[in-house]
Amino acid sequence: MQQLWLIPLFPLLGFLLNGLLGRRLSKAAVNAVAIGAVLASFLWTLKVLGALWPLEAPHLERYFTWIQADQARIGYDLALDRLSAVMLLVVTGVGLLIHIYSVGYMAQEGGYYRFFAYLNLFMFFMLTLVLAANFLLLFVGWEGVGLCSYLLIGFWFLKASASNAANKAFIVNRVGDFGFSLAIYLIFVNFGSLDFARVFAAVSRQPVESGFGTLTAIGLLLLMGATGKSAQIPLYVWLPDAMEGPTPVSALIHAATMVTAGVYMTARCSAIYLHAPGALEAVAVVGLLTASSAATIGITQFDIKKVFAYSTISQLGYMFLGAGVGAFGAAIFHLWTHAFFKALLFLGAGSVIHALGEQDLRRMGGLRAKAPLTFWTLLCAALSISGVPFTAGFFSKDQILLAAHQHAPWMYWLGTLTAAMTAFYVFRAIFLAFFGAPRGWRHAHESPPVMTLPLAALALLSLAGGYFDVSGFLAPLFPAAAGHHDPRLVFVATGAGLAGIALAWLFYVARPGLAERAAARLGGLYRLVYNKYFVDELYEAVLLRPVVEGSRRLLWRKVDVGLIDGAVNGVGARACGVGGVLRLIQSGNIRSYAAWVLLGSLVTLLAALAGGSR
Amino acid sequence: MSAAGVPLAWYLVLGAILFALGAAGFLFRRNIITMFMAIELMLNAVNLTFVALAYYLGQVDGLVLAFFVMVVAAAEAAVGLAIILTVFRNRASLGIDEVQSLRN
Repeated sequence: MQQLWLIPLFPLLGFLLNGLLGRRLSKAAVNAVAIGAVLASFLWTLKVLGALWPLEAPHLERYFTWIQADQARIGYDLALDRLSAVMLLVVTGVGLLIHIYSVGYMAQEGGYYRFFAYLNLFMFFMLTLVLAANFLLLFVGWEGVGLCSYLLIGFWFLKASASNAANKAFIVNRVGDFGFSLAIYLIFVNFGSLDFARVFAAVSRQPVESGFGTLTAIGLLLLMGATGKSAQIPLYVWLPDAMEGPTPVSALIHAATMVTAGVYMTARCSAIYLHAPGALEAVAVVGLLTASSAATIGITQFDIKKVFAYSTISQLGYMFLGAGVGAFGAAIFHLWTHAFFKALLFLGAGSVIHALGEQDLRRMGGLRAKAPLTFWTLLCAALSISGVPFTAGFFSKDQILLAAHQHAPWMYWLGTLTAAMTAFYVFRAIFLAFFGAPRGWRHAHESPPVMTLPLAALALLSLAGGYFDVSGFLAPLFPAAAGHHDPRLVFVATGAGLAGIALAWLFYVARPGLAERAAARLGGLYRLVYNKYFVDELYEAVLLRPVVEGSRRLLWRKVDVGLIDGAVNGVGARACGVGGVLRLIQSGNIRSYAAWVLLGSLVTLLAALAGGSR
Repeated sequence: MSAAGVPLAWYLVLGAILFALGAAGFLFRRNIITMFMAIELMLNAVNLTFVALAYYLGQVDGLVLAFFVMVVAAAEAAVGLAIILTVFRNRASLGIDEVQSLRN
């Protein structure tokens, strides 16, 4: 026993301590509790990994039976294999850095203890999700991180836009969770167990499905869950709005960890997907479409956090593409590197926002001199996400693209085009924020060391994180998609990234004004993309309005007011009417009562006499 | 049967007359005390009927009931007089038509 349960326990204790007593604790004490809890988890993870290294077989720990029904047992079981080890390191490591960063970022905010309590609760659920050894426990973590996401997006709940965004995130996720829970039912019905080991062993004994069978249905329903949590088409709409939350939350939950849960779950269920090629193809197509369409939107946005939000959606699309073409190891590798550079992009954006109090790229410019550390670290992240050679993103992205080429060449080409767009929009944001002359700001300052140190650590990881070959490490878990690759493909993909950077330089540094002219030239197309393909409006018109209007007109006005209230009020009104008539009898005059009594007894007497005479 | 030479019917007729007088008094008088006495009259008319029938039928049931009625009458007198006293103290009147605060 390695006491795996301690890993999620520390943040839970931190949550309880800060959540219950935090109001009375000083900020330093809140910091110590919150960061200490995550640090303890991180160190315990390292200790467990050190003890179990090289972790060739999954390590399972059973603690107690949670649900026992007939022969089916669902236990509180935690498992550690190489996949969850990678996830554990990402969650606790990046989580720790972001906790530290938050100390600086949230220093001036109200509800300080509440923020850290929620962050710790999130860590608890995320670690439960990662360590779970059965589907139901994974679902607990899955729902729990959704809850924390809701709480943290709506952290500034007095702001209407923030609480609306929180609702949107929660409700859209609910749609995905519906699919996920159906998948769990199907698995339970078909395999009589929810333990990963037993289910996947049973699956691997089945033949590969050629048509549409149970496994394909399970795979598609799992994909539905993943599209909700990991913001893929068609359920990605909540993620851009989730940027209403504090920036460290965007970095931790909506970029580095929680949104990758869908990718993790897909990789975890690789046995199911490999036996259901139809579902796997759907994963690849959804991922690729999401990656490319989100990248185009990212090019046109002006809110720095929105740019990175669409970038997150796009990069998650890459991961699904990787999983969908069978390269699960590459997908998790990209998850690993993405966690570093995307967390860094968000934290850097947070640092910029902290410096200026401004999120609009059009009102930034020239920050390089004022915030050099932020600039250099952000540059590292931008190089990494663009796939510049020998940065972390280069290795993982190329693996995905090569696997895509092996699967279907058009996927590779669309992916490469997306890589060029990725480089373009990220460097567009960098150039707009840090180069040129200041546009409309006077005072700016570099962030305090408590914020810049995590930035520096993440910058290092963004550059060097690719030298830990995650997909090689995971190779025993996933059947290798062996193959020989044309080295030219790597050059093309890398060249696309560099071309994107060069184009951004041309548009926003060398020839400012070119961007506006290009936008004007493209007119309608630009407006279509700038307005995010009007997907929000489409959902509003097709889904929301019928539901809201139907609820208001039919369910509220007719069913609720007319039928239900009508029935209840009608009963009341009838009782009042009858009572009003009967009330007249109660005159308060004793002699009239006596007369009634007399009359009554006479009638009774007569009735008795009449009955007696018969 | 007529041990003392008085037939049962006479007792019953007397009881009915007394009861009718009591009921009429209760209905038509306005003074609470008078109405109270009318109630007592009705109770005693019923008692008379009970006792007469018990004697006539040679059964003890009627006698037992008569005792019950007396107990109830005593209790009623205590409570009723207390109520009357309180009403008089509050309203300085014994008119039954003025005690109507529970109407409707």
